[in-house]
Amino acid sequence: MIMGAVMSEESRILEGYVSLPYKWSMGATTTRFFEEFKNKRIMGTKCKKCNRVLLPARKFCSHCFEETDQWVEVSQEGKLRTWVTVNFSYEGQPKEPPYVLGIIDLDGADVGLPHFVGGIPTDDFDEIAKKVRIGGRVKAVWNENRTGNILDIDYFKPVD
Amino acid sequence: MGQAVAIIGTGQTECGKRTDVSYPELIYEAVGRAFEDSGLSPEDIEAVVSGSMPPAMEGVANPHLYWVDAMGAAGKPLIRTATCGSTGMSLAHTGFYHVASGLFDLVLVVGAEKMYEGDPQGTMATVAEPFFQRPFLAGAPGIFSLQSNEWAHRYGLEEERVRMAAAQLSVRNHTDAFLNPYAHIKVKITVEDVVKSRVIAYPVRILDVCPGSDGACAMIMASERMVKKLGVKPAWIRGVGYSGEEAFFGEGDKVVWQSAILAAKRAYKQAGITNPRNELDVAEVYNPFTFQEMLFYECFGFCDFGHGCELVENGVVMKGGDLPCDPSGGTLCTNPIGATGLQRTAEAALQVTNKAGDHQIPGANTGLAHAMGGLDQFNGVMIISNSL
Ligand SMILES: [Zn+2]
Repeated sequence: MIMGAVMSEESRILEGYVSLPYKWSMGATTTRFFEEFKNKRIMGTKCKKCNRVLLPARKFCSHCFEETDQWVEVSQEGKLRTWVTVNFSYEGQPKEPPYVLGIIDLDGADVGLPHFVGGIPTDDFDEIAKKVRIGGRVKAVWNENRTGNILDIDYFKPVD
Repeated sequence: MGQAVAIIGTGQTECGKRTDVSYPELIYEAVGRAFEDSGLSPEDIEAVVSGSMPPAMEGVANPHLYWVDAMGAAGKPLIRTATCGSTGMSLAHTGFYHVASGLFDLVLVVGAEKMYEGDPQGTMATVAEPFFQRPFLAGAPGIFSLQSNEWAHRYGLEEERVRMAAAQLSVRNHTDAFLNPYAHIKVKITVEDVVKSRVIAYPVRILDVCPGSDGACAMIMASERMVKKLGVKPAWIRGVGYSGEEAFFGEGDKVVWQSAILAAKRAYKQAGITNPRNELDVAEVYNPFTFQEMLFYECFGFCDFGHGCELVENGVVMKGGDLPCDPSGGTLCTNPIGATGLQRTAEAALQVTNKAGDHQIPGANTGLAHAMGGLDQFNGVMIISNSL
């Protein structure tokens, strides 16, 4: 019989840390996508086969396996598909909770973009629920200093 | 399909904060119990399948190499399968493929996790690619709450109603966990406790959410000819189905959720099931979040889309109902992620062989086991029965 959960003998803990640096290649498509961010433009690529506008811009279509090299600008505005108020903490978190996340269906794009929803009070859950609603209109708010990354968009702000 | 495959032994550890054992020692417990249950020993096993979460969870890369001795796997074909939350179900499927192919007659399948050794939500944050999704889709509660909110909105379900149904599921699981000797969270709670508990990812509260556990699960799978040779009465794997989705979370529809629908459809087709609500006696639905379980009922054809809450309100998925779900206490009360899907499979096998002890559903002949993983991206289903 193999005994489990018998805590009679002491078992010590060894503490350690694993921290590794990485250098992630973006490829040309993602590089251009983020370069366009510096000019406050959100670009997708259109698939000739299924006609979807993919966001973020991609080199190939996730459904058709075709190269997608036709660039199209999508709107700064769209509809909030869904949202959540994050109220828990973890290592590597981008900001202090509570904060609101959403999936945003920008006008002219066929793929929803996950991003922050902001410009609203975040200290009362019921107040947030009054300001943020599924199907509501939201608009990109850009950072003043844009370096070409996903956080150049500060957040999406409810506009209706 | 190749040769028929059966589950002839399972072994689970007590789950919780298992600082009393090292990672391999934890696995040794589960594997030892699977051998005890099957009457076999390590030298009988021809191949070993193992898996866990991304290795950042415990800080040891390629952990199957570290686990070898605890699985009796030296000198044998050994493979690691890992698909995040669905790892345990992917493991069961991988074991099934090994035996069904005709290459092996006896295979050991092992899933484990030691979530108290690292930072689970931080580990899960590394699952998302670093360019677009990582800052936003980090941590399981956020993703699942996005999905739950969209689901409730799609069908115009009142928030209060959904919250109450979710709370009833939480109470059901927490009650049932007391009857499962391996379950982690054993606390008496009421519906009121759930709806008043701390918000984790609005509107999901702490009692709507699974814990992170230390735990392991092992299983021995055998071919039909080996079952005959050993003269055992096993749990037969009657159908398997698995499906994945696109890499970008915003691309798929997470409400009418194709990966869940397809996984169930494929498994039902193999098993010859046309009316799951009538033909299944028990289901171990992967429920890390109460809200999500109701969405799965719809995708698995237990009810029409938009009607998941009713199965809770009418008691269908409770003990004594038409289709009791998660009598083990489910993922909601016990979640060593790499083992969790395999626990669902083991629990379904225990149910159909009348070996589930205090949480046995009387007369269960056919059960469903399920797990979900990736970035809300993968679903796997297995149909298990006491007859072939
Ligand atoms: Zn296409």
